[in-house]
Amino acid sequence: MNTEAYEAVIGLEVHTHLLTKSKLFCGCSTTFGAGPNENVCPVCMGMPGVLPVLNRRVVELAIRTGLATHCTIAPHSIFDRKSYFYPDLPKGYQISQYETPICKGGYIDLPSNGDGQPRRVRLTRIHIEEDAGKNIHAAGASLVDFNRSGVPLIEIVSEPDLRSSADAGAYLRQLRAILRYVDASDGKMEEGSFRCDCNVSVRKRGSQEFGTRTEIKNLNSFRFVENAIDHEVARQVEIIEAGGRVLQETHLWDPARNETRPMRSKEYANDYRYFPEPDLPPLIVAPEMVESIRATMPELPADRRARYIRELALTDYEAGVLTADRDVADYFEAAIPGLKNRKSAANWVMTEVLRVVHESGKSIGEAVPPASEIGALLRMIEEQKISLNAAKMAFAAMVKSGKGAEATVAELGLAQVSDEAAIAAACEKIIAAEPAKLAEYRGGRDKLFGFFVGQVMKAMGGKANPKVINDILKQKLAG
Amino acid sequence: MAETRITLEQVRHVARLARLQLSSSEEESLRGDMDEMLAYVDKLNELDTTDVPPTAQVGEAGTPMREDDVTNAPVAEEMLANAPSRERNYFKVPKIIE
Repeated sequence: MNTEAYEAVIGLEVHTHLLTKSKLFCGCSTTFGAGPNENVCPVCMGMPGVLPVLNRRVVELAIRTGLATHCTIAPHSIFDRKSYFYPDLPKGYQISQYETPICKGGYIDLPSNGDGQPRRVRLTRIHIEEDAGKNIHAAGASLVDFNRSGVPLIEIVSEPDLRSSADAGAYLRQLRAILRYVDASDGKMEEGSFRCDCNVSVRKRGSQEFGTRTEIKNLNSFRFVENAIDHEVARQVEIIEAGGRVLQETHLWDPARNETRPMRSKEYANDYRYFPEPDLPPLIVAPEMVESIRATMPELPADRRARYIRELALTDYEAGVLTADRDVADYFEAAIPGLKNRKSAANWVMTEVLRVVHESGKSIGEAVPPASEIGALLRMIEEQKISLNAAKMAFAAMVKSGKGAEATVAELGLAQVSDEAAIAAACEKIIAAEPAKLAEYRGGRDKLFGFFVGQVMKAMGGKANPKVINDILKQKLAG
Repeated sequence: MAETRITLEQVRHVARLARLQLSSSEEESLRGDMDEMLAYVDKLNELDTTDVPPTAQVGEAGTPMREDDVTNAPVAEEMLANAPSRERNYFKVPKIIE
């Protein structure tokens, strides 16, 4: 099968919960994990005679996301009813935005593929809508919990600009980083607050036309998205190569079997009969509202990444890792004041700090000592008060004890000895004890230098400053 | 009204979407009703609206917005009171197949 002759064309639809305290149209709590049907009221239960009232924070967060992705913010948009019957949708319609989304256009730049060129993925739209409840499938019946009914969502729709599963993964990571930077979403896929549907088609490389696409649903991890796309692309190429035709259908991803399979087609599923929501007047966004929100926007991941490369001389990769999460970037920046070597600080955060954070499963604020203490530790390395190895030992101890850098280094006796007299004395003692090796060295076996360094270090209990040992030994061995 | 615009197929389609089960006499009578409604819309279409922007609503300056506060206390018991069927604090419905 000649997969190289084909390229994938992928567009993504991401639904994300917004970080609000209350629901989109009523004052029910949005807390995740409450008991079944605890956070419900007549509005989100679709009782007759109720009226929705729009949550201002939802509008603000949608606008923040729109500004962060270079969208045009619509001064006038309306809500629409999307009608369908399903047990988790008590009103029989979802309030959404159809023809007039609050945000249009826009784009997200992905980190380059190594050639320094950012790749631009265009956005079609971002609109506000409400989530449905949750069905739990039990034996012989389904159980419905409406806590999620009416929780605010934005749907972010990309143009079909992605060409591989890796691109799709990079896009999702970048989008999630942006959502977290602007406080719009926590991006927790495992809690269903960040969900993704993929539209996938394939075409002969070089062709400008699109093939028939399938939609893949039920993707709740980045890895599943990437696996599902790879699987679907291979499946479509196989069909076309065999002379068949790809059907436009919706597939569900089955992570247990690592395959997609078509959903039983719902005959009337796509007849949603959108019409303007009569219970909600138009959403008017005044220019002043947009400007006041713009004034509170943080530095975004792409800008921060560019700044790290430009001002701190970090690589694209390093800058990408550090800026992927706003808390990590903030931590890094809080650690570096007073440090000469930003690059080693970046490495320290990327390896030592993030390793502990990932292993603990906690946030960076909870998992590791405060950034100022890491800064203090790194400063001791720069000032040659401790060795790199000693710093790693001190860091591990600090993670456990929560004590400061100075105190930990003192407590564990990790301070490096730079006292030249003491080191000179140790060097002389070793040289005197090894006359044969000394003669060999002086006869031209340069490699023996390492042997002497090791012996001196051993004699000093491993705490001597290696640079001072080197300097003194060189002198003394030369005779 | 001599001309019929709505077919029986269309009546059945709309009924299906609304989860309505209609007898054949009901289908026939609804077809007549829907024809009359369309005729009325035709009447509206006689008006020239070339320069009128599409209007979803009139008379409101914009939808009012509320602050993001939780104002509802949990009342699961009250909400479940009308449920035809329940299991613990869940609404119980016929099994959904997909």
